[in-house]
Amino acid sequence: MTLQAEFSAALLDAERLVPSGLIAWNGSNPDKRFAVYRNNVVTSLIDALADTFPVTLELVGDEFFRAMARVFVAQTLPRSPILAEYGDALPVFVENFPPAASVPYLADVARLEMLYLTAYHAADARPLDNAAFQSALADSAALPNARMRLHPSVGLLKSPYAVFSLWAAHQGAFGIGTVDPYRAEDVLVVRPRSDVEVMPLRSGAFYFLEQLADGASFGDSVMAVGEVQPDFDLVATLSDLIGVGAVIAINF
Amino acid sequence: MPISSSDAILSSNLAGLTRDEIGLRHHSNTTNASYPSGRLPAQAGVGLKPEHYEAVLSTRPKLGFFEIHAENYMVQGGPFHHYLTRIREHYALSIHGVGLSIGAEAGLDKAHLDRLAVLLDRYQPESFSEHLAWSTHGGNFLNDLLPLPYTRQTLDRVCEHIQQVQERLQRRMLLENPATYVEFSQSTMTETDFINAVLQRAGCGLLLDVNNVYVSCTNHNRDTHAYIDALSLSLVEEIHLAGFAEDRDDAGARLLIDAHGSPVAETVWNLYRYTLERTGPKATLIERDNDIPPFERLLEEAMRAQDCLIAATQELTYDVAG
Repeated sequence: MTLQAEFSAALLDAERLVPSGLIAWNGSNPDKRFAVYRNNVVTSLIDALADTFPVTLELVGDEFFRAMARVFVAQTLPRSPILAEYGDALPVFVENFPPAASVPYLADVARLEMLYLTAYHAADARPLDNAAFQSALADSAALPNARMRLHPSVGLLKSPYAVFSLWAAHQGAFGIGTVDPYRAEDVLVVRPRSDVEVMPLRSGAFYFLEQLADGASFGDSVMAVGEVQPDFDLVATLSDLIGVGAVIAINF
Repeated sequence: MPISSSDAILSSNLAGLTRDEIGLRHHSNTTNASYPSGRLPAQAGVGLKPEHYEAVLSTRPKLGFFEIHAENYMVQGGPFHHYLTRIREHYALSIHGVGLSIGAEAGLDKAHLDRLAVLLDRYQPESFSEHLAWSTHGGNFLNDLLPLPYTRQTLDRVCEHIQQVQERLQRRMLLENPATYVEFSQSTMTETDFINAVLQRAGCGLLLDVNNVYVSCTNHNRDTHAYIDALSLSLVEEIHLAGFAEDRDDAGARLLIDAHGSPVAETVWNLYRYTLERTGPKATLIERDNDIPPFERLLEEAMRAQDCLIAATQELTYDVAG
């Protein structure tokens, strides 16, 4: 085993002996000194996760979140030095973390927070303005074959839980105690300009957006939603999308 | 690769030079150094934090430069690039990497090096620096600056990696001296001899972190002045100042931690002035990465560094005149 292999294994496993060859000027036990590195690695990564997942943290409390994150960190180190990408595996971990089983919506809240961070750092693009949108929609003959390009920061989440309401309550929109977490909500996340917008989606809109994101034409997307969600309100959904700035082009 | 015979001269240092020689040398450096191209100005700067973007743009403080952590800006778009682009229009920029893992046993991460090249191309910073440390293993990123044994094998590896970085980025980089908590029985060289050898062989500059000097010297019972004196100070292009946290080792000795979460300590300010007397004025960064205070607090520390830099400039003039 190389020195760095031994060193990194010992960093993540407090039970493991510290690497051989570590010394201190005063002959003191190197364990205490090595513990500084152990603490730096684990604590800095837990802190990074706490920054990315503030609502998840609030839902279970600081102590629980940090204990959970500690287990996650030991299993899943970042694969790159870009910490904005770290945490994308946390939702699946939370879903399968037995002590969190009593909070079944926790993983989806974490998914929403990861979408938020991803949108925050996503590529920039100018949203289509209302006038351009209206003129595109007016071309009713060509519209069915047109393709709507979504903003590169768009993220979509379908959940059996009230993820948007839980998230919004944390932002101070209303008391978290008023939220029934067991009501299904779909969410759109987008950063049209400098701020990330988080918006609950109407019935069928998630499926509609999923079709558009997959490159389906406008007409095919509408048809597909109609088959699974007869109450889909196309006009209201389009109005929501243009209002929030989620569309950057309509290509005929 | 065997160590070359020219390395024998590397352990020589400036300690043997007279004060006049040092003063004259610095004067010749600083006559053109008001804003040399491709170099940071010899003024105080501050680490740029998202919390302070608005304050920086609205108050436009008199600072020589800002420094960013490269990895935080390896994202496609969004507010980080928006603000950095605007701030860059008004200030010199230092890009400081924390994830290249120059000391790693494995080869450099080519994809990461490519991302750095893209970032440097976009912002054209006056300086790029990295650490004498390793932070990756087996494809994992450990998010800390981990220590190296000072051996010929490490020296060869570090030099090879720095040369690869400089080749890929087509620029000279600065290497930062580490803050460490342990030493290795395997080491066959002192840290200062090792650093001097790297600077000479790899042809890079030195980012002298004075807080790291204080932290490491305390942790390993070394003399801070002797440590500074032993370094190839003519290659210093930037200085870092930061705060440390304090603990005790198993025998009760002071164990300082490079925490970047508090103001610069008085002892470190003293060591900074000692350093400037030997290097002349050099771009100096106030580093703060944790418990980020309001921007004005960092600015106050930067102004204090600026006062030290002005005093160091006056001292040089006096030295030469006298």
